[in-house]
Amino acid sequence: MNLKRFNWEPYLLLLPSILYLALFFAWPMVQSFGLAFRTDDGQLTLAHMQRMFNDVGFTKALRNTVMLIIAIVPLQFILALIMALLMMERLRGSNMLVYIYSIPLAISDLAAGIIWFSIFTERGYLNSFLYSLGVIDKPFLFLNYQTKWPLVAIVLAEVWRATSIVFVVLVAGLQSIPRDYVEAAEVFGAGWFARVWRVILPLLRPSIQTALILRTILAVQVFAVVSAIAGRGMTVLANEAYLWYREYRNPHLAATYAMFILTISLITAFIYLRALRTKEEMIL
Amino acid sequence: MAEIQVKNVRKTFGKVKAVWDIDLTVHDREFVVLLGPSGCGKTTLLRCIAGLEQVDQGRIYIGQRDVTDLPPKQRQIAMVFQNYAVFPHLTVFENVAFGLRMQHKPKDEIKKRVQDAAELLHIEELLDRYPAQLSGGQRQRVAVARAIAVDALVLLMDEPLSNLDALLRLEMRAELKRLLQEIEATTLYVTHDQVEALSLGDRIAVMRSGQILQYDTPLNVYDKPADLFIGGFIGNPPMNFLDGEVRTEDGQVVVHTGGGDIYPPPDVGAMLSRLKEPSVLVGIRAENIETLPAPAEGALQAEVLVVEPLGSHNLITMQLGTEQVKVNTSADFKAQPGQTLWLRLNIDKICWIEKATGRAMYPD
Repeated sequence: MNLKRFNWEPYLLLLPSILYLALFFAWPMVQSFGLAFRTDDGQLTLAHMQRMFNDVGFTKALRNTVMLIIAIVPLQFILALIMALLMMERLRGSNMLVYIYSIPLAISDLAAGIIWFSIFTERGYLNSFLYSLGVIDKPFLFLNYQTKWPLVAIVLAEVWRATSIVFVVLVAGLQSIPRDYVEAAEVFGAGWFARVWRVILPLLRPSIQTALILRTILAVQVFAVVSAIAGRGMTVLANEAYLWYREYRNPHLAATYAMFILTISLITAFIYLRALRTKEEMIL
Repeated sequence: MAEIQVKNVRKTFGKVKAVWDIDLTVHDREFVVLLGPSGCGKTTLLRCIAGLEQVDQGRIYIGQRDVTDLPPKQRQIAMVFQNYAVFPHLTVFENVAFGLRMQHKPKDEIKKRVQDAAELLHIEELLDRYPAQLSGGQRQRVAVARAIAVDALVLLMDEPLSNLDALLRLEMRAELKRLLQEIEATTLYVTHDQVEALSLGDRIAVMRSGQILQYDTPLNVYDKPADLFIGGFIGNPPMNFLDGEVRTEDGQVVVHTGGGDIYPPPDVGAMLSRLKEPSVLVGIRAENIETLPAPAEGALQAEVLVVEPLGSHNLITMQLGTEQVKVNTSADFKAQPGQTLWLRLNIDKICWIEKATGRAMYPD
């Protein structure tokens, strides 16, 4: 075989994915970047950005998004960690837990939003249930946008829907920790809590990093669940992008929101990567 | 330090009998080696004593205290793992200090004891490093230092040298022996390496299929194996076994083998003549056979098959009648394949094994 001949094979194999990524990710990204920073006649401008920052919806959307992240991510992380640790205890039937926990993964976020909407809505499952118990005598308006209840419903829906992503990542990480380490800790006097805190969590760092990045980025983009449960009652960043595109017919501002979401995602990923970095000398 | 007592302990994994009704006592300050082929249950027994496995039945005592139902942390043990299990995210200092921190010892005591342990293992220079920056041998030292830094009643070691390369293993073996003599720890040590067992142990418990076959000093295990398996398992090369038939001719007991007749001493002869089945195996180690260039009184004729010069001595494989035997000779003994030699077995060093049971027999 002529070794000097260029080997096209690997590139041909990569071509479909490259095309896919270019067509459906890179190209739209470049397009929306253009939309966000250019006028209709092609001049560079910061006007769209200015308009976004000054918009009433922006502050509300940003506040709600951040609030959801703060409420959802730690809650999901702790729940997922407890679930994962529980599973690693290898109690009878604990293998079943993976399947049970993973069921919501198969459900689309919009469907999940609708499920929880049907629970919390005026004539929904929760009200029927409370009514049948005699706790209430008329339906309680959980999804009234003037209360905190929609937020609670959204947090519950998101926790139900996406905790298992964090769980799966953490279980994979836990399974890669050699049992020797945990047993050594046990022999040298560490109780359950000390084992988790001093041995398991530090060794789990890379997985924690992945799980948190994944989860936070998804939380920054949260949309369908919020839309299904709260409708117009509560807005988030992705919701604003959607509104500006669909309702106000302004692709420039929609793209600006999208760019803003992208920037926040990048920053969060960067912060996690820095904060949870495993020092090179600690990798055995 | 303290005594370890294992009473009637059984541990099964599904249908596998890992440890089957074992009794074992390790005296205070004694160094006992659990020796056996892989899968014999030696590691499982150690893990039961450590509390990392729950026993199905039986009791375990450490220093007169029944620890059977206690978790590892309450058993006052220290352990060295086969894969070291030094924590990669902690420095050497913190690794060695781990047990002491768990016991909430005061800071200066921790510092002093880590220093002392590090000095014993010659790792003072490495205290600030992380395990990834150490060689395998250095990690092993850290693992041992971590174990001796705590006030444990007993020290458990699970094949601690098996991951080291041959040269390092030899060096660490001697160092471990020195160290453990110095700190006088009650130690239970698991290995599949018979040389390690012979060189380190005060006593050796030879295990197979979840049971202890022999529990004795290294010299006795080597010279007076309890059965066929131990004779074949311990020693390099393993013991030679010749098929023999016991007969009494003119009032004297003689053992016919494929290589010739062997005349046992009177007390052995009396013992052999009492056998129900007159079939025995004559066990003899390579170094207990004398090789002679010319015929001599009581020597058996044999033909050289293979000569392996090993530097310190030669290992010669010979055809002795219908049997093959391995014989050690001095390094300057000249022999060629095909050559005829005469072998004299050291009659006092023969291990007589009842063929029907595989048990070795020793005159009282």
